[in-house]
Amino acid sequence: MAKESSRPRPEDPNRRRFLDYLLGTTVVATLGAILYPIFRFMSPPQIVEAMQNSATAGTLKDLPPNSGKIFKFGNQPGLIIRTPSGELKAFSATCTHLDCIVQYRSDTKQIWCACHNGQYNLNGDNIGGPPPRPLEAYIVNTRGDEIIVTRS
Amino acid sequence: MPALRSGLSATLLLVFSVVSLSIVFGAVAKAQSQRKNSCVECHLGLEGKIGDPARTIDHDIHLSRAMTCNDCHGGDPSQDDKNAAKDPRKGYLGKPRTIDIPAFCGKCHNDAAFMRKFNPALRVDQEREYETSMHGQLLKSGNVQVATCISCHGVHGIRAVSDPLSSVYPLNVAETCATCHSSNDYMKPFKIPTDQYATYKTSVHAEALYERQDLSAPTCNDCHGNHGAAPPGIASVANVCGQCHARQGELFQASPHKVAFDNLGLGECIQCHNNHDIAAPGDEMIGTGENSVCIGCHQEGDKGFIAAASIRGKIDTLLASIDKASEILRRAEHSGMEVSRPKFELREAVDSATHARVLVHTSLPEEIEKVTGPGMNIAAKAYEQGEAALAELSFRRKGLAVSLVFIVFLVVLVYLKIREIEGRQAV
Amino acid sequence: MNIAALKLWVNERLGVDALGDVVQKKEVPLHRHTIWYYFGGMTLFLFSVQVVTGILLLLYYRPSAESAFESVQFIITEVKFGWLIRSIHSWSSNLMILTLFIHMFSVYFMRAYRPPREMTWITGILLLLIAISFGFSGYLLPWNTISFFATKVGTDIAGAIPVIGHPLLRFLRGGDEVTGATLTRFFGFHVAVLPAAATVLIAVHVFLVQFHGMSVPARYESSHRKMKFFPNFLLRDLMGWIIAIGVLAALAAIYPWELGEKADPFAPAPAGIKPEWYFLFMFQTLKYIPAKVLFFDGEVVGILAFMAGGLLWTIIPFIDRGKHQRMRIVFNIFGVVVILFIVIMTVVGFVT
Repeated sequence: MAKESSRPRPEDPNRRRFLDYLLGTTVVATLGAILYPIFRFMSPPQIVEAMQNSATAGTLKDLPPNSGKIFKFGNQPGLIIRTPSGELKAFSATCTHLDCIVQYRSDTKQIWCACHNGQYNLNGDNIGGPPPRPLEAYIVNTRGDEIIVTRS
Repeated sequence: MPALRSGLSATLLLVFSVVSLSIVFGAVAKAQSQRKNSCVECHLGLEGKIGDPARTIDHDIHLSRAMTCNDCHGGDPSQDDKNAAKDPRKGYLGKPRTIDIPAFCGKCHNDAAFMRKFNPALRVDQEREYETSMHGQLLKSGNVQVATCISCHGVHGIRAVSDPLSSVYPLNVAETCATCHSSNDYMKPFKIPTDQYATYKTSVHAEALYERQDLSAPTCNDCHGNHGAAPPGIASVANVCGQCHARQGELFQASPHKVAFDNLGLGECIQCHNNHDIAAPGDEMIGTGENSVCIGCHQEGDKGFIAAASIRGKIDTLLASIDKASEILRRAEHSGMEVSRPKFELREAVDSATHARVLVHTSLPEEIEKVTGPGMNIAAKAYEQGEAALAELSFRRKGLAVSLVFIVFLVVLVYLKIREIEGRQAV
Repeated sequence: MNIAALKLWVNERLGVDALGDVVQKKEVPLHRHTIWYYFGGMTLFLFSVQVVTGILLLLYYRPSAESAFESVQFIITEVKFGWLIRSIHSWSSNLMILTLFIHMFSVYFMRAYRPPREMTWITGILLLLIAISFGFSGYLLPWNTISFFATKVGTDIAGAIPVIGHPLLRFLRGGDEVTGATLTRFFGFHVAVLPAAATVLIAVHVFLVQFHGMSVPARYESSHRKMKFFPNFLLRDLMGWIIAIGVLAALAAIYPWELGEKADPFAPAPAGIKPEWYFLFMFQTLKYIPAKVLFFDGEVVGILAFMAGGLLWTIIPFIDRGKHQRMRIVFNIFGVVVILFIVIMTVVGFVT
């Protein structure tokens, strides 16, 4: 009997039931804590897939003819242009001279770099100012109203 | 049909044979006509300078267009006899005097109708341009030490400007000019400095040209002119630099500085940027600090001094907020957070800093504010996103702390359960 | 629904009771070194964590040079709790190799490989090789600079093996260079070949442990007590596993696994490329071997020595047959030397 008293009193049914109850709820809670992230992980995220070679450059609605816009292409800026005739063109927006961001000029209908007056035509060829090389051109597709730009 | 087809084939074959034969004969005939050149035959045998023309003429652009000695020097190369070949009645001119060289080349190069046959885009006013140049003026006054056509282009063995081996190919121009202009002895009578080449080599333009092999970067002739080479006038400097730095030139011309510089006789761009040794510009050039170029004219208290301080302040504040934002983004990135989007957006702020530096040429603080203001907003937003990323990280850690409490609790419970079970087993 | 009837229905068809009997009968020896018994189970648990998180990652991962890096970046930024799953997968793999090593050395020092358990030891060694292959192949999958060059160096070392080296290198890389082709096949190894092999070997390994019962060190053979596997031992196991989950979550939240920069095959190798820590001792040793050993290439000698060492380690159960006390000391010393060598070389590799 002396030996038994040195141990906890396991034969106490109330105590045992309480322990089982606590254990049960905690196990359920922990399982929940493990399963919750898993279910969240499996549910499709906001952006459905990792775009590496393509990016959404906006919508046709926001891009009237004879205008251009900078968009995020990976971690580089891209330039999407809608020519006066309505054609879509996309280029890297990084000037080949000193890495400034180029822009579309609706008055000259050219791509223009404000830093050193670099000029490119609507095929991305360097036609004036210091730029040594043409701009890298991308492929443009539309999906409904959406403009999708792809690196070739 | 088969008959027709074979007839057609036969005709084609015939035409082909005739064409190829005539090409072969033409080449042979040409080779024979070229071979007969008593000038080369004779001069090749001569030692030293007198033989050089014959030895170096091989890659001459004129020769490749089927022009040979007599087209410039006159005479008759079909004659073997020296006197007959150099007969003045056959138009023999011999070696032109230095003072005659521009006209000697101009004979053809001034003739638009003639030049059009070879290169319709080539200009035909080189001689007239040359006459306006410092070189041309001195030559007219009888100084034969100055550069003429051949000093830069070479004599025999002249190459096209687009030929990388040409002495006037963009990468070789500075060296070509330097052969005279860097020589103290040679330039002594002209009393002009000789350090232009050495200082140019330290410039940002030389770096672009030689190190980055950017052929659009300027070398001597891009600012001084080539055939009409002369120092640009004080008031035309901004126009010259503005060829490439168009925005800066434009802004400067419209700025209050334009009038002031002209009145003071200061050299526009070069007043602040120097001429041959143009260094990469830095922000320290603006403001009221030690290295500022503004304090050369402006003194404490005057309007320009205040504007300079204000401009510098705006750019510095923008740069500081960009730094602050990239620092927090870097920290977030190192803690494993993904911040590529705000990093991308921050690029725009860097871009506005670049733009602001261009706008310095307006010397108007309110113009600078127009780009530094939005730039500051972008940098502030990027900073916020960096903060948000770090906040997310600490949220994760808090979430972890909570779940760890549960886990420890569960471990304790399991431990108690083991004791409880083993207690029962012992009984 | 009558629960008793349902139990009977299930039991008739699946024989659950028979399994229950086995579990009920299973006992774990109790002695001073019982603690080491937990590491096998811990390794198995971490392996299951790998399976679960690995399957989850497969939902979004894309095995190609163009999109691998971006898809991992996508997982840790756009996918909810993606950072957690990925970090746990990375951390758990490292902890698994660690517990595997502990398990192996504890088995070695307790001489649990003695007859009739030789095959358990050998399947265990094979599982170690598989785990390391998992690590090596998985390391490349994010396609970042460090993993790219570590794979290059690692496969270069494999290529230095005489005779089979070059074909082996080409087999591993899927060509002469580390390219997208390497990534595709490493992915194949990592998610298909190795899991299949691991499943079979784990089944055999665990079966053998059950078949022979747990080995007891000779010293305690006559004097040890026993503990019931269920629930006593299993609950203790469970405690360990819960703690492991906590440790993994803590590591993932405090030290998220960095993604680094996307691999650029044409960039020069960055300085100080180091393999994963469990390769470090071999990597470091190869560095210390002179370029020429007698007439042979130093690296080749080193690799052959490691292969011979591995082989020796595998056939230990067949060498250690003596029951003499003196032989035991020899094997213990050998084991300690091996551990010291691994630890010292790893530390040196980290520090330098």
